[in-house]
Amino acid sequence: MPAPAAPEPRAAASASIKVENVSITYQTALAHRQTLVGTLSRIRRRRKVTKEIRAVRDVSFEVPRGTVLGIVGANGAGKSTLVRAMAGILPPTRGRIEVHGRVSTLLALGVGFDRKLTGRQNVMLGGLAAGLSRETLAEKYAEIVEFAELEEFMDMPMRTYSQGMYGRLAFSVAVNMEPDILLIDEALSVGDAHFKRKSFDKMRELCEQAHTIVLVSHALRSLRELADETIWLHRGELVEYGRPNKVIRAYQRFLNVDEDDEETQEDV
Amino acid sequence: MSASASSADPLHRRWEDEFEPEVHVYEPHKVGLPPLHAYVHELWRRREFAFELARTRLAAQHYGTAFGMVWLILNPLLLGVVYFLLVDILRRGHHPPGFFAHLLGGIFVYYLFSDAVRPAVKSVTSGGKLILNAAFPRTLLPLAAVLTSIMRFLPTMVVYFVIHAASGLPFDVEMLWAVVPLLEILVFTMGICMLVAALQVYYRDVANFLPYLLRIWLYASPILWYTAQVPHGYKWLLYVNPLGGMLTAWNEALNEGITPGGTWLALGAAWAVVAFVGGGLFFVSRERDFAVRI
Repeated sequence: MPAPAAPEPRAAASASIKVENVSITYQTALAHRQTLVGTLSRIRRRRKVTKEIRAVRDVSFEVPRGTVLGIVGANGAGKSTLVRAMAGILPPTRGRIEVHGRVSTLLALGVGFDRKLTGRQNVMLGGLAAGLSRETLAEKYAEIVEFAELEEFMDMPMRTYSQGMYGRLAFSVAVNMEPDILLIDEALSVGDAHFKRKSFDKMRELCEQAHTIVLVSHALRSLRELADETIWLHRGELVEYGRPNKVIRAYQRFLNVDEDDEETQEDV
Repeated sequence: MSASASSADPLHRRWEDEFEPEVHVYEPHKVGLPPLHAYVHELWRRREFAFELARTRLAAQHYGTAFGMVWLILNPLLLGVVYFLLVDILRRGHHPPGFFAHLLGGIFVYYLFSDAVRPAVKSVTSGGKLILNAAFPRTLLPLAAVLTSIMRFLPTMVVYFVIHAASGLPFDVEMLWAVVPLLEILVFTMGICMLVAALQVYYRDVANFLPYLLRIWLYASPILWYTAQVPHGYKWLLYVNPLGGMLTAWNEALNEGITPGGTWLALGAAWAVVAFVGGGLFFVSRERDFAVRI
């Protein structure tokens, strides 16, 4: 194995994220709950145990530094899988992904992994797992809580939280970590109308601050407003890449919904 | 960007850099080992997470309060009493002096093992949201379970030494030898924790079998009985039981105050290394697959 080249300061850091010919195929268990007993009996009956899913197929694109990239596509288009691969959670089956910068993720509402623990404990553990130092976390903690407006709930077990409170805390953690790159999957609209407004404003602020952001969303109107570039994925393939207006219009034509229907999609 | 530009790019590195903080390169390697050096480095960098998780879990089990701490002592002590009564009834009251201390020493260190394995088995499958949201060395999850168990184990040693003294057993320098089998048990425990945590991802009923296995394993280990009581023809059972050698050495040093037999120490070390390397490599080579299996 060759020793990694000495890290030189990158002069022209054009791309924050480079996705090159990436395909992601994974095996998933057919049984709802795969068990040893179940597997043995399936093997004896010569049934297949796993199913192959080709979630992303030969996708290439680049996200220049400071760009807000929107990803649209129908359910099962491979959007979440692709974002997970950019976060380093799923490895690509083929191809290569290069990411430059500190990444913060807001996928599958990540905070609150243990509902028996308090909000404070979950924020600490989530942050430490993401590689932040104790000091950084202590610094950011007040900001996170204030933004989520959950001051009086932080020392309560998270099982007592409502769905909206979960979302608010997760969103607040992700955006307050001052990442170079923010990956967000379907979390633009959390909480009540007041918090939605607030998180949208925060998003716009982050977008303006030359952060690189990847947004997966069905909220097309928000994407139109926030994104600089948009990708449309369909069944794992990249259908179109370009300006949000153009791509989203094509996607809407495909979905057979017109602009008036955007309202119905906003809160999905 | 053209191909020539990317090959000249100083940051166009291999996936050794996957765990570097600033530049990440992800390339295919679903099954197979990540670069272990980088992996261990990253594991060490995130050790605070494992400590915090272990502490938090312990606190969540109501051991956080001052009164809760009492249970840390009382639980294993009562357990020892239960087994003592059980053995006492079976043996109709015949037991060598210091037997209660032998029993407690064995049970405490066995629970160091089983109290780590029991939560470790679900450490990955129940850490779902964390695993789906962040990229970090997943071995931190089962290893945190081992840390929690160590934190519970330490106060029980105080109980042991009190009973040891109360039983009229002497304190010798040879007792320090107990550290060696203790380390072997810890290394072995880490290996088994990683193994079962990874197995549970694929077979969700591993956790169902485990309590029975742990119970049988307890009876099959020299805890409720002495190694010397094993009939000659059955000695091999102590060799194939990974804990057999370690527990015999542990008891010889701690309870009998003698230098443990070299065979037992070597046997224990061999089992510990096999479990750690086997369990560790199995876990680490599969951990990239976890995110789609949860």
